[in-house]
Amino acid sequence: MKLRRSMMFIPGDNAGMLSNSYIYKPDSVMFDLEDAVSLTEKDSARLLVFNTLKANLYTGIETVVRINGVETPFWEQDLDMAVRGGVEVIRLPKTENVSEVREIEKKLEIIEKNCGRNVGETKIIAAIESAIGVVNSVAIAACTPRMVAIALAGFDYLVDMQTSRSSGSEPELFYARAAVLHAARAAKIDAFDVAYGDVNDEEGFLREVKIAKNLGFNGKSLIHPRQIELLHKAYAPPKEAVDHAEKVIQAAKDAREKGLGVVSLDGKMIDPPVIHEAERVLLLAQNS
Amino acid sequence: MKIIKKGMAGTLESSDVLVVISPNNDIGLKLVLQSKVEKQFGSAIRMCVKNTLAMCGVSDAVIEVRDQGALECVIKARVEAAAYRAAGETNSRFEVPS
Repeated sequence: MKLRRSMMFIPGDNAGMLSNSYIYKPDSVMFDLEDAVSLTEKDSARLLVFNTLKANLYTGIETVVRINGVETPFWEQDLDMAVRGGVEVIRLPKTENVSEVREIEKKLEIIEKNCGRNVGETKIIAAIESAIGVVNSVAIAACTPRMVAIALAGFDYLVDMQTSRSSGSEPELFYARAAVLHAARAAKIDAFDVAYGDVNDEEGFLREVKIAKNLGFNGKSLIHPRQIELLHKAYAPPKEAVDHAEKVIQAAKDAREKGLGVVSLDGKMIDPPVIHEAERVLLLAQNS
Repeated sequence: MKIIKKGMAGTLESSDVLVVISPNNDIGLKLVLQSKVEKQFGSAIRMCVKNTLAMCGVSDAVIEVRDQGALECVIKARVEAAAYRAAGETNSRFEVPS
């Protein structure tokens, strides 16, 4: 089981941030070669990210590279660099249909074979940033075993929907959040909520975190290190939940040692999903 | 890789390094280094620059390096980018030296 609460964005051409951001301990770090990098610096950013990956600065943190979209002349070199650099996950921007993922998969397989990595080792996160992407998200989420999560990206999506961000309950994102999350859960993969752009607005950020957490998102894409600790604290389970989870795990252990097929706690039978949830609660508590 | 024009990569921001590579009218590498940490790391930076250029197949060039406390991985990346640009090559080769 892997925690994916925080995916911290780092511009691929920012040497300082690439050199230091591991100290903030996000669950995942995303080196961005797309929107954060100007057209004239794509080559240089690629080399910077490659050498950063090879330096193993981010041990214990999931490494993700956001490549340029398949409609650009950059994505194949981005992919070549990332796989050869040993990245764990490729984030595909503006994913609208399964054929885009298939194209990436085909290329990934060739690069993995050429550089001696296991075929299928490099995972994919599809970012959903349009109305058509949301509509197709069920198929996108389930189209390959490489897919480990889908991420909703709010800015482009809201432009496509001809609306803008409001404060409060954010009705403009409600359908997309619910749809993308259902697509992820149906495919048994993780889901990231949108990034929150105003880094100085802690109250607004935490309000949005609460919405995402209550809906069931694993976490959020983040654009500033100061959001990491806030997010992790918000996802920390309450003490009662931790106490209960410990009892469930102990009961499961006792049953296993006694050779019992059925686990029970306080006279109630415990199903495997309850044990799985208890493990997740303890993992969250240990990493908060 | 033959250096045919001036190629530049990097910035003067903290933790980065600005590398300028130009053709050398003479044979060999001529390296000029400016660094706030030259006393402690000057020889390591020079070695990193020369090894990276050797890996890229650059034997003749003038290299100006203005270091702002960059890590080795950043220096390598900026030297490679400047070399590719100075050689007029657009496709980098992502190879890991053994």
